[in-house]
Amino acid sequence: MPNRILILLRREWTLELRRKSVLSGLGLYLFSLVFICYLTFALHQQALNAVTWAALYWLAVLFSVVNTVAKSFIGERSGIFIYLYTMAPAQSILLAKIIYNTMLSCAVALTGYLLFAVFIFNPVQDNVLFLLVVVLAGAGLASSLTLISGLASRALNSNILMAVLGFPVVISVLLVAVRATRFALEGLERSVAYNEILTLVAINAIAVSLSYLLFPYIWRS
Amino acid sequence: MKTWLKVAAVIILVYVHIAGLLMEVPRLAILNETIRALYFHVPMWFGMVLLYAASVAYSIRYLRTQNPDDDHRSEAFAHTGTAFGLLGVFTGMLWASYTWGSPWHGDPKQNGAAIALLVYLAYFVLRGSVENPEQRARLSAVYNVFAFAAMIPLIFIIPRLTSSMHPGSGGNPGFNAYDLDSRMRLVFYPAVAAWFIVGLWIASLRFRIKKISEKINEQEFA
Repeated sequence: MPNRILILLRREWTLELRRKSVLSGLGLYLFSLVFICYLTFALHQQALNAVTWAALYWLAVLFSVVNTVAKSFIGERSGIFIYLYTMAPAQSILLAKIIYNTMLSCAVALTGYLLFAVFIFNPVQDNVLFLLVVVLAGAGLASSLTLISGLASRALNSNILMAVLGFPVVISVLLVAVRATRFALEGLERSVAYNEILTLVAINAIAVSLSYLLFPYIWRS
Repeated sequence: MKTWLKVAAVIILVYVHIAGLLMEVPRLAILNETIRALYFHVPMWFGMVLLYAASVAYSIRYLRTQNPDDDHRSEAFAHTGTAFGLLGVFTGMLWASYTWGSPWHGDPKQNGAAIALLVYLAYFVLRGSVENPEQRARLSAVYNVFAFAAMIPLIFIIPRLTSSMHPGSGGNPGFNAYDLDSRMRLVFYPAVAAWFIVGLWIASLRFRIKKISEKINEQEFA
């Protein structure tokens, strides 16, 4: 199993490098989002406090991540599905996709942080806690959206469906992430954020195990 | 469904409406007479959660058996649960406009409820956008199970993490603090049971309508 996942991960990576326009498109998407945030607040920098920063940051990350994860099943040719179906069990394909999407979402979130720091400002006081939250929330977004992407790819107008189905599911991750980010911004005692971190870990565990159980049913069709 | 259960539910609801509006209730500041919302608002939430749980149970059963009846039942329960949820939101807004001063107060419980409804509205959108009935049943069953599990932290955990003005959380007196003489229990428990039975009844009617319309369709094509 771990071997198979590694091979599938390498396949994702090679395919990604082969279609560089997709990755650069994503980068540009994130950049435009941050730049719009910057422009709309350019004249009112003082109106941007830490809470608004956290909310804006996570919104930008959410929209980029939804687009990133959406492409993991939507837009793949059906020939590839049949090929994968005959080559590997559904669970290892799903786990490979989740791991790959987690890495991508974390990369998106960190790039977003860099852009926010450059263009807007950097209010983060507790960097370790912030990184932990980014990684956990990135994993949470990726693991809950991967299954949704598989679902949406099987229906009509999948792009709209991806947003409609995905947003209610990720709201809980997002709400907890925004709260935990606020603690990191204010540089409070770490133990304050203990509850939120634990909730994020629990949501991740629920999302991954449910996707693991449910994915074979989508995959078969 | 047994006929005597339906009759009993109707009789109990008549009793609940009369007793709920006329019987003595504890006098409390701010709440005053709005405390009677307990009999009409809270059963909606119990009903919604139970009906959604039934919908998820049938979805799981569908995934195991592939029996189209289970899918129809699951859809009927989701529809009825959404109706209960909408009524719960509206009665809650009515109550909030008298006690909190505005219908939508951004309370975590209100937001959680709104998101739960969003999840099931998305479920109906998903059902609408798959043509093949077998695939529609399978995809919507998967989403139903997944979304229900994602909703649980929203409704039950996050409101406890944040402060809330809703009775029963954030140090506000809940149900147990009011009814020192347990007069309210006499109305509240029957109300919950009767509303839930009515929910099951509506769902079973919807399921039967669905079955009949499918049969008519088959005969027309045959």
